[in-house]
Amino acid sequence: MSALVQLVGVSKAFGDAPAVHGLDLSIDGGKTTVLIGPSGCGKSTLLRLIIGLLEPDGGQIRFNGTELRADKIDIVRRRVGYVIQEGGLFPHLTTRGNVLLMGRHLARDEKEMYARLSELCALTRFPESLLDRYPLELSGGQRQRVSLMRALMLSPELLLLDEPLGALDPLVRAALQKDLKEIFARLQQTVLLVTHDLAEAAYLGDQIVLMNEGRIVQQGSIADLRERPASNFVCDFINAQRGLVAI
Amino acid sequence: MKAIWDPRIQEWFRRILILSWLPGFLILSASATEPVRIGSKKFTESYVLAEIAKETLSDAGISAEHRQGMGGTIILWEALCGGQIDAYPEYTGTLVQEILKRSDRMHGPFITNELRKLGIAMTKPLGFSNTWALVMRRNRANELGIRTISDLQKHPELKMGLTHEFLDRQDGWQSLVVAYRLSLQNVVGIDHALGYDALRSGQIDVKDAYSTDAKIEQYQLVVLEDDQKFFPRYDAVFLYRLSLDENAIALLRGLEGKIDEPTMTQLNAEAERTKDYAQAAGLYFGSSTKSTSFFGETRPHKLARWISRHLELAGFSLLLSIIVGVPLGIWASRGGAIGHVILAFAGIVQTIPSLALLALLVPLPFFGISVTTAIAALFLYGLLPIVRNTATGLQDIPRALRESAIALGLNPAARLWQIYLPMASRSILAGIKTSAVINVGTATLAALIGAGGLGEPILSGLNLNDHATILQGAIPAAVLALLVQSFFDLLDRVLIPKGLRL
Repeated sequence: MSALVQLVGVSKAFGDAPAVHGLDLSIDGGKTTVLIGPSGCGKSTLLRLIIGLLEPDGGQIRFNGTELRADKIDIVRRRVGYVIQEGGLFPHLTTRGNVLLMGRHLARDEKEMYARLSELCALTRFPESLLDRYPLELSGGQRQRVSLMRALMLSPELLLLDEPLGALDPLVRAALQKDLKEIFARLQQTVLLVTHDLAEAAYLGDQIVLMNEGRIVQQGSIADLRERPASNFVCDFINAQRGLVAI
Repeated sequence: MKAIWDPRIQEWFRRILILSWLPGFLILSASATEPVRIGSKKFTESYVLAEIAKETLSDAGISAEHRQGMGGTIILWEALCGGQIDAYPEYTGTLVQEILKRSDRMHGPFITNELRKLGIAMTKPLGFSNTWALVMRRNRANELGIRTISDLQKHPELKMGLTHEFLDRQDGWQSLVVAYRLSLQNVVGIDHALGYDALRSGQIDVKDAYSTDAKIEQYQLVVLEDDQKFFPRYDAVFLYRLSLDENAIALLRGLEGKIDEPTMTQLNAEAERTKDYAQAAGLYFGSSTKSTSFFGETRPHKLARWISRHLELAGFSLLLSIIVGVPLGIWASRGGAIGHVILAFAGIVQTIPSLALLALLVPLPFFGISVTTAIAALFLYGLLPIVRNTATGLQDIPRALRESAIALGLNPAARLWQIYLPMASRSILAGIKTSAVINVGTATLAALIGAGGLGEPILSGLNLNDHATILQGAIPAAVLALLVQSFFDLLDRVLIPKGLRL
């Protein structure tokens, strides 16, 4: 098992408020790792550190064994797909324009890109007839599918998803969870997904990393967390979310 | 347009110009191939004399142009010294007292000598004297028993409406008050032509005038006798640059002694009647058949000339504002100290009244009285809406989208051109549209510094107190502003990406 991304003693503070404390984490290739925890626990900050939207105050982030450096960050970014809650689609570009943006920027072959686009439409169950629409003409779920296509366009080694389904209604959300699981499995994609929903984490994650106040509290499978909680916080977190299921 | 002509602003304009006057400034020599440029002050007689000079030269095959109504004495004198004009009509009294700043009576040779040092010469008198005078309505003067200026001492309640030039000049109002020991309470500054209307309607009782003004006769006014002999002689002459072509000088000197007082009064009356200076000047040449060849410029042709110059002024300045404003706006959008400085600078420029901005640029080297100055002023004026809208448009892009562009791995240039600028396009175009409409309106002021455009008829109309002439400039300017607005509304559809217009 090889670690695609390795974080060693990574810290980040915003002003006086620390967001991430000396954190160590390995993300294994080909698996889905889910970062979970309450709001403000530092899980999104961690994603933003990996994609280089933030620079760590201390520690090291290694991608494929090489340390992330500001001058090389764009090369790493092109090997990483990033999907955020509202999709982050550019409103002035059509669906097609959004998905092909990076490939065109890198002057990739148009024919190959179009072939890849069809493939991705099938993969994400996005109707090709909607490719000429603008983001504002799509539903929330469709936008997330497009955002996923854009992230997967260049066949990234790592896919980062920051609450990708957080803004969707329950039915759309359930459908997308199912599709995501299939897609990740088919592509054998290395995924790091952030959510605050334990059920989603349990459904999608091979490995769950529970965070609180900038630190990793426990990592393992959902069974590990449920049956062998490392602290009272883990119990509380799991019980709080199980409430509804028990009704 | 009303606010622009506020007397206080006009006065400020004058003050700034006087402060900024530096003798010997802008020494540039006129090139031989260029037409002889004749300036005129902003009143009928000066316009007519300049037209006469222009036509005299043109008749002899020397190309000449008339820079109309460039303002007051100081602007004209400065333009002459700086070589932006080659000649203009002046009065000996003004020359001695206001320009050369001598209160004592000077002899001819001495004046010639003083002028020569500055590269300037003067013709002999053209044949008439146009002195300052104070005028009143005849029946009002009779009623109060006022015949002389001294009689004003007994009526401190009289309302004086004086031109700004007369109020400010050394040989004007301030000295007159001292010489006659006057203590008048109500003194206001008013435009010369508008003052005649105010006098006729009784809003003012006394105003300053030129003794050859056609209105004196027309409105049944009396000239108050200058019983203390305060006003010196104001013999009309042409001032010209010594570097001027010999033949041109000879032609100007050919006008010496040719225009007597009744002739000038008649020409002035003709100009005010026909609203056409060139036609009045034609009367001097006595031949009516000539007028067609001279005044061949038909009304549509004139209008086309004004509009094309107007568009040139507004268009070039707008182009400059865009070329400079958008990058400045991009810079300012990044915040920080520099961003604040840029926005503050553009903001301060905008707070300077447009008239004052023009006036401030005139004494600077390279600018002077020219189209360049007008374009520069309009450019500065148009900067703020573009800078501010570019900065706001960019700052308003949601952080999530900004970060998406970064996270994709687009380099900074691609982010700016492919993502940020298109997303801010609506705001940027709105800024450009605002600048364009402001520029089309403000460009009417360019005529004040001889740069032409639709301000030319507005200025002459104001000078003649002729509403029809004012409207000849004001209506096309308003229509132009509306057209520009619609043009940019159409441009929005082309330039703003469809995805942003949903």
